[in-house]
Amino acid sequence: MDVKIANTTQSTLNKFPQKDKSNLIQILQAVQEKDDFLSPEAIGSISKHLRVSRSYIFGVATFYSQFKFNPPGRHSIRICLGTACHVQGGDFLLNVLTSELDITTGETTEDGKFDLDRVACLGCCALAPVVKIDNTIHSRMSVVKLKEILDGYE
Amino acid sequence: MNNFETIQKKALYEWQSLQENPEPVIYIGMGSCGIASGADKVWKQVQETISKEKINAKVLKVGCIGPCYLEPLLDIQKPGFPRFSFNNVDEQKTIRLLTEFLNGEESKLKPLGHLDPQQKEIDGIRSFWDQPMLKNQERIVLRNCGIIDPENINHYIARDGFKGLLKALNLGPEGIIDEIKKSGLRGRGGAGFPTGLKWQFCREAKGKPKYLICNADEGDPGAFMNRSLMEGDPFALLEGMVIAAHAIGANTGYIYIRAEYPLAIERLKIAITQMIDLGFLGKNILDTGFSFEIRLKEGAGAFVCGEETALIASIEGQRGMPRSRPPFPATSGLYGNPTNINNVETLATIPKILREGGNWYAGFGTKTSKGTKTFALVGKIRRAGLIEVPMGTTLRKIIFDTGGGPIKPFKAVQTGGPSGGCLSEKFLDLPVDFESLTQAGSIMGSGGLIVMDEHTCMVDVAKYFLKFTSQESCGKCVPCRIGTTRILEILEKITQGKGEIKDLEILENLGDTVKNSSLCGLGQTAPNPVLTTIKYFKDEYLEHIENKRCPAAVCRDLVEYRVIKKKCTGCQRCVNVCPTGAITGPRSEPHNLDLSKCIKCRACYEICRFDAIAGDAIVIE
Repeated sequence: MDVKIANTTQSTLNKFPQKDKSNLIQILQAVQEKDDFLSPEAIGSISKHLRVSRSYIFGVATFYSQFKFNPPGRHSIRICLGTACHVQGGDFLLNVLTSELDITTGETTEDGKFDLDRVACLGCCALAPVVKIDNTIHSRMSVVKLKEILDGYE
Repeated sequence: MNNFETIQKKALYEWQSLQENPEPVIYIGMGSCGIASGADKVWKQVQETISKEKINAKVLKVGCIGPCYLEPLLDIQKPGFPRFSFNNVDEQKTIRLLTEFLNGEESKLKPLGHLDPQQKEIDGIRSFWDQPMLKNQERIVLRNCGIIDPENINHYIARDGFKGLLKALNLGPEGIIDEIKKSGLRGRGGAGFPTGLKWQFCREAKGKPKYLICNADEGDPGAFMNRSLMEGDPFALLEGMVIAAHAIGANTGYIYIRAEYPLAIERLKIAITQMIDLGFLGKNILDTGFSFEIRLKEGAGAFVCGEETALIASIEGQRGMPRSRPPFPATSGLYGNPTNINNVETLATIPKILREGGNWYAGFGTKTSKGTKTFALVGKIRRAGLIEVPMGTTLRKIIFDTGGGPIKPFKAVQTGGPSGGCLSEKFLDLPVDFESLTQAGSIMGSGGLIVMDEHTCMVDVAKYFLKFTSQESCGKCVPCRIGTTRILEILEKITQGKGEIKDLEILENLGDTVKNSSLCGLGQTAPNPVLTTIKYFKDEYLEHIENKRCPAAVCRDLVEYRVIKKKCTGCQRCVNVCPTGAITGPRSEPHNLDLSKCIKCRACYEICRFDAIAGDAIVIE
């Protein structure tokens, strides 16, 4: 088991001393916040801590779109596919991303530069279509603009 | 209650001093949407310029006032003047505003409006509230958004904050419920259940402890009313929660909020701390012996968690799957105890109702739908943003008077998110209230209004929503899990040009079955987008099926890109941008497009329309 991951997971788990199952989602969120994704090792530690099976934890974690099971890239791309973004051409942006980066949603590029995912709505509908890269929301995007922005990331 | 008066005096003094500040005050709209359109850059520029030019000015972050198309918004209040609003501010404009406008120099930069509620015109500048987007609004819930600093409780208190709570504590639980019943307030989350009645059920339910949950899992794609509200005025929601908790007899409350709304979460946390410090929350609220604590639970991204039983399961740390009702949460909810769940907007309306009285609130709206409603007016529309209008306002008034209408001819408006429907032009004079929308086959929902024009394909829209609901279906009940998938498959077939005429009948039958036999609201409403588009836009379906044509030129398999030789100037912009080398041609000669290489990515179309010399030489047909 990866010692680094085990240590961070343990320090996160220490913040939830009660073995209370209702904290599971919060624990998963805290672990992911630290490690950027949920590794099998981390899920093992949570399972021991809460005394619930791994499959139960996987059942909960896979239910929610927030949880990731692959290590993310250096930059995270979140394409908004809310209704407003869709009618303003969000789908075209997703096509560009999948063809330019050669990955589909939920995956990370081979060089570890970008990971790609879709979100249901970022709540910036009036600026549609939007793409969020790391913590920056790029508004009123177009296919051409998006390509230029991607080139700007290292 | 002397304590409250002292707090209020201090708050009023602070607010008054801000209005009469001897130095200029600069307000920047810093909601998530403002930041996305560049308000953070404006913020940085303001800091830089005032330190460089040694300007003595106070700078404040405020929430979003609503008209997103004007963002970023920056207000300047010069000593002796009210706030003047400037729209679409960027770094350059900021520098000029802080030098020219602030120094009183003759400047071409005219403010869009002033924010003094009492005056019509000041120095030839009209009131901001006279803007076409704002003048038909009735701002009850949104009254503080963009006006106050959402991280300063004193601003909220100075604008009548917590007066409703004070009144509620005097009235007592039954008195509060009576007042809410009188107001006719119905749940703003979508279903429209009378709030007063819901509270009464929970109050009368046996079992302890009781819980109050605020549903802030705004999952409708295309809606951001709750986000804006929580970012712009978190105190209104929290005050409403304290009142609701007192009415039902709960000492613990949860706010189940989307993790995608980090700014709203941060502002709520700050607001909660400030309220505890002043005794509006926590133990022994305002010395009445009533205690109430609020916990934040971050949702992890599942649309179905907007359904109340699924939401409860999620708070308990499980998969967010709904269960059949009864028992209703009012009798058996969180951890099996009586639980009351209200939407953000419902709770944020409560303080004002208590303050002004139920009868006052019932004066707005229609016979069965009282009060006002916030809408996220987005899509193909000139003035997009967040608005609040009385119930019963017609769609035409909202879309055309307030929103300025779409640039291209209007085709449809979608209400109620994935559970709602698409309404055609003939419904424009429909008054927006719970009953009228349901009768038309749509629903009120939480308040997303997405306007579509002739470049929107209605089959594609239906497909989009079904893709969403089939992915978000929790899988517990068969009609929803299998039904939405089958509907989606048929819609995909139609948009690929492989549809048959009998598919329409299958869609309608399947839609009815899913509607009538699904376990929860997600499945019971999921077919609405398909059923309404078939009902009101049947010719578009027929065009896809019979002529294998997409009239709006959206469905990728049914369109082709073409270069119009006569218009093409040979500027080579499209050649450079094409990722597959499908467009070729020497400079200054009309280009060729090789359809076998074209992946229909739209890059050439965009560049031709916005950057090239020709302007519209590439068409999608």
